[in-house]
Amino acid sequence: MKISVASGKGGTGKTLVATSLALSLIKNNPSVQLLDCDVEEPNVHLFLDQEPINETTVSLPIPKINEDLCQHCGKCTEICRFNAITLLKDTILIFPDVCHSCSACWHFCPTGALEPSPREVGTVQISQSGKLKLITGRLNLGVHASPPVIKAVRGAIDTDTVTIIDGPPGSSCPVMAAVEETDYCILVTEPTPFGLNDLSLAVEMLKVLNVPCGVIINRDVPGNHLIDDYCQEKGLPILLRIPLDTEIARAYAKGIPLVKSSPVWTEKFIDLYQQVTQEVTK
Amino acid sequence: MKELTVISGKGGTGKTSILGSFATLSNKAVICDCDVDAANLHLLLKPDVQETHSFIGGVKANINLELCSKCGSCEELCRFSAIKERQVNPYACEGCGLCYGICPSGAITLNDHQSGHWYVSETQWGPMVHAKLGIAEGNSGLLVSAVRKRAREIATERDIPLIISDGPPGIGCPVISSLAGTDMALIVTEPTRSGLHDMERIIQVAATFGCQAAVCINKYDLDTENCFSIEAAASKLDVPVIGKIPYNQTLSQSLLQGTPVTLLGQNEGASAITKLWQQVTGLLGV
Repeated sequence: MKISVASGKGGTGKTLVATSLALSLIKNNPSVQLLDCDVEEPNVHLFLDQEPINETTVSLPIPKINEDLCQHCGKCTEICRFNAITLLKDTILIFPDVCHSCSACWHFCPTGALEPSPREVGTVQISQSGKLKLITGRLNLGVHASPPVIKAVRGAIDTDTVTIIDGPPGSSCPVMAAVEETDYCILVTEPTPFGLNDLSLAVEMLKVLNVPCGVIINRDVPGNHLIDDYCQEKGLPILLRIPLDTEIARAYAKGIPLVKSSPVWTEKFIDLYQQVTQEVTK
Repeated sequence: MKELTVISGKGGTGKTSILGSFATLSNKAVICDCDVDAANLHLLLKPDVQETHSFIGGVKANINLELCSKCGSCEELCRFSAIKERQVNPYACEGCGLCYGICPSGAITLNDHQSGHWYVSETQWGPMVHAKLGIAEGNSGLLVSAVRKRAREIATERDIPLIISDGPPGIGCPVISSLAGTDMALIVTEPTRSGLHDMERIIQVAATFGCQAAVCINKYDLDTENCFSIEAAASKLDVPVIGKIPYNQTLSQSLLQGTPVTLLGQNEGASAITKLWQQVTGLLGV
């Protein structure tokens, strides 16, 4: 079972939900994997005490010029649709930060002067704390492309183990790379016009990806029906409500997962998982 | 003309609340929402849209099945796995044109792809440029550049000395576009362990753009120890902490109501943001 956690926007409580869900599930499962796919700002590791097992780098091929073979014909600059190559009077400039690694330049270079050369764009770290395995992706600073790092994190999993994926914010390419082909997506939101706006964007995105979803309302306040009304209209289940509570915020600030600061939540997260399982098999 | 961009590394730290309040305090700025992926500033400032423009984010490949000779080279060579069984998945296609170039039978075309819209609006507090990226669309960095370009044009046309931009979360492509050429990056953080971690990363990113950076700690009284660590970390990186906003009920209220906190009468949150604004304009010299 692969469950992704997304939110449309950052700061709504994705990491809080993902860590607590994973920590609750290790009670009844031989092992659980938690993936931090918010590779621009990975934070899950701040909430767990783990022993690092290994670290691998993620590389993408970018063009490298062999000056001896280059005849300065300019074909590569013409072909590159991302303006990553510029032809100067007698040299070629390559801008790794804008290169999409599409391979068109070396494919079409008539003299074979361009060849792929690996550029490190991020890392994948694996660590273990008891039955919980954490796989963290980290985008290198100054690199724009997070999807390849997210795919590398997802490529490092054991497919038979229960997997929880903490996704990045937003509803464009990085989130899609994190949630696509998961069995279910839990959307975390808060009962404000902002939360509703971002939630509806995320729901639309999941429709495109054909991933079923349900909603957790974080910082819930009694008497506010904004999200409830929306979910009813869209036929989305509300899986859990976490109240607006200064004590929860304070514990989170210190880096203590919700199920550790108040263990009564463990059962609620186990129930949440059962609800999700039922939704998936429906 | 000066430009201020509010960023945070992570979403949910209060960027939009702060920028929305800044807009009400400034009276002499072009307001910009660079968080095109999940634009929210319009929920606070309720802009009246004057112009709507399509955003062409690039091209997508298309296969004419009548011409296709089923050779399979496009599928084999596409590095984004965007072609399967002679069908292009538009969400995976990056429009690089490799398939177009190699197709031996001329069956592939590259078509302009509309991936969102951008708008020029009027608000009670000045002109606003904002955008909406289509669902599941990429290339947000390019859209951010389009928004900022138009904001600069408006500032020049109307002789407005300042542009204030709400930035996107993260450190990736849209953030990089939001920081290019800005004069000042105001980094909003909160006293959590994540806040500290994210702030350190985003300060390093901002440093590569050569703009002035300053930090504001939102909900600073949530955790004294983390707040102190953030101040120490900022000072070590040579970035001043120019504002501290308390964890405040009125700020939560303003979010629930979708109104800038500065419009909710005298309150602790509003006065902290007003002080912060004075610091910002002082540093920018506007």
